[in-house]
Amino acid sequence: MKSDRVIDARESFCPGPLMELIKAIREENVGSVIEVWSSDEGSARDIPEWVKKAGHELVGVFKESDYWRIVVKKKR
Amino acid sequence: MKKVVILGGGVAGTVTANNLATKMADEVRNGEVDITLITDNPYHIYEPGYLYFIFNRLREDELKRNLEELLDANVRLAIDRAVKIDTENQRVECESKSYDYDYLVIATGSRITPEEVPGLKEAGNWFYDLQGSMRLRSALTRFRGGKIVISVIGIPHKCPVAPIELTFILHDFLKKRGLREKSEIVYTYPANKIFIMEPVVEMIQPMFDERGIEYRTFFNPMEIDAKEKKIITLEGEEESFDLLIAIPPHKGAEVVIDSGLGDKGGWIPTDRYTLKVEGYENIYALGDATNIPVSKAGSVAHFQAEVVAENLVADLSGIEPTAAYNGKTFCFIETGWEEATYIRFDYSTPPKPVVPNKLLHFLKVAYNKAYWLTARGLL
Ligand SMILES: Cc1cc2nc3c(=O)[nH]c(=O)nc-3n(C[C@H](O)[C@H](O)[C@H](O)COP(=O)(O)OP(=O)(O)OC[C@H]3O[C@@H](n4cnc5c(N)ncnc54)[C@H](O)[C@@H]3O)c2cc1C
Repeated sequence: MKSDRVIDARESFCPGPLMELIKAIREENVGSVIEVWSSDEGSARDIPEWVKKAGHELVGVFKESDYWRIVVKKKR
Repeated sequence: MKKVVILGGGVAGTVTANNLATKMADEVRNGEVDITLITDNPYHIYEPGYLYFIFNRLREDELKRNLEELLDANVRLAIDRAVKIDTENQRVECESKSYDYDYLVIATGSRITPEEVPGLKEAGNWFYDLQGSMRLRSALTRFRGGKIVISVIGIPHKCPVAPIELTFILHDFLKKRGLREKSEIVYTYPANKIFIMEPVVEMIQPMFDERGIEYRTFFNPMEIDAKEKKIITLEGEEESFDLLIAIPPHKGAEVVIDSGLGDKGGWIPTDRYTLKVEGYENIYALGDATNIPVSKAGSVAHFQAEVVAENLVADLSGIEPTAAYNGKTFCFIETGWEEATYIRFDYSTPPKPVVPNKLLHFLKVAYNKAYWLTARGLL
């Protein structure tokens, strides 16, 4: 799946990556796929939890060498 | 002659200027070094005072001082608004004139942007500037019971613990006025816990529970329905209120954004140890203005100012600067009308709050007065 937007939040600490995703969700259209890169483990855990609560789709969490790629589809 | 320009007359700019002027007193007198502080406000504001001002515990004149009175006589003060930082020509362009620099210190702080949330300006209150604090003070005076929602909208914001402090003080304020029974207090936070630091959550959350203060997490207001008096969140929830006390979103200064020096939020990418702006050997940034992952707090601005001043002295003396900021942060946390705790931490040491007590509250009250000495560099 190709992402419509990639947010590189690897320098940022919890809850920075989540805040960046939230901003992107606000701006993108329903159906868009947004990918957040985070080197912060807490964020890699929290973001999927938020995605579930907010009613979006978690496409997947992928572990790269020293960061996580969290892929989300905006559903509403 | 080497010219140092310090942009911003808040904690960060003022303390840097005073420290530098003290250390370089001879060089300034000999005309080898010139220190100019540019700021757009002739007053220096003690922002932590807003938390007391809204409950009628401090007056307006206790929150501000003429900057002229706070600055060392060796600092040239220019009241002007910077519109562009031209790094190529080493110049700060202001509304009335331009200032050349050899070394620049950016201390432009942060600002609130309530306009980013539809309905917030109409239906919300805040204590993050003087006007908002005046409005909130009168709303609190008139409050006779109902539901108060304290909502943190967006992170980062100044003084991460201020919303928690407000919540505790408000609880006691309502109790004192016989209104607590007739009131509901709800605190909301964007992340999945009530604060970003686990040790603080561990202490604060049971205290919220004991006091019957409710909380919501993963709560991100998207808009405020000013007519129906309710918050609508990105998560699809709604929360009604009689009185909304919001912590509005924050951004870096306009001049930083307009000069292409900020990231998406207008925060300046800065080395967390040297405090040099990334990509520049002769520009430092500190205080609320940077993207460094530490609290946007006056204490941080103060500790960083000492580092920047020391490094500037080295720069101006032709020596390699070696002073480094280690993430040191200190915050009092008021946990009621007359009790407080504090947290202290740095890049490698997490905070360990102590049991709240009266003494710490009175230390904070004393600090509210002693602040003016620390700004002058006397304490
Ligand atoms: C309600 C509240 C409670 C707080 N409580 C605490 C606390 O208990 N403890 C604590 O440590 N911190 C606290 N803080 C945070 C603290 O006040 C800030 O972190 C601190 O003021 C940051 O200092 P600064 O110098 O970086 O920025 P500021 O103080 O915001 O100063 C920025 C300066 O830059 C100037 N400026 C901006 N743009 C321009 C321009 N274009 N041209 C010229 N000048 C410009 C402004 O006029 C201002 O003088 C609190 C803040 C608030 C709002």
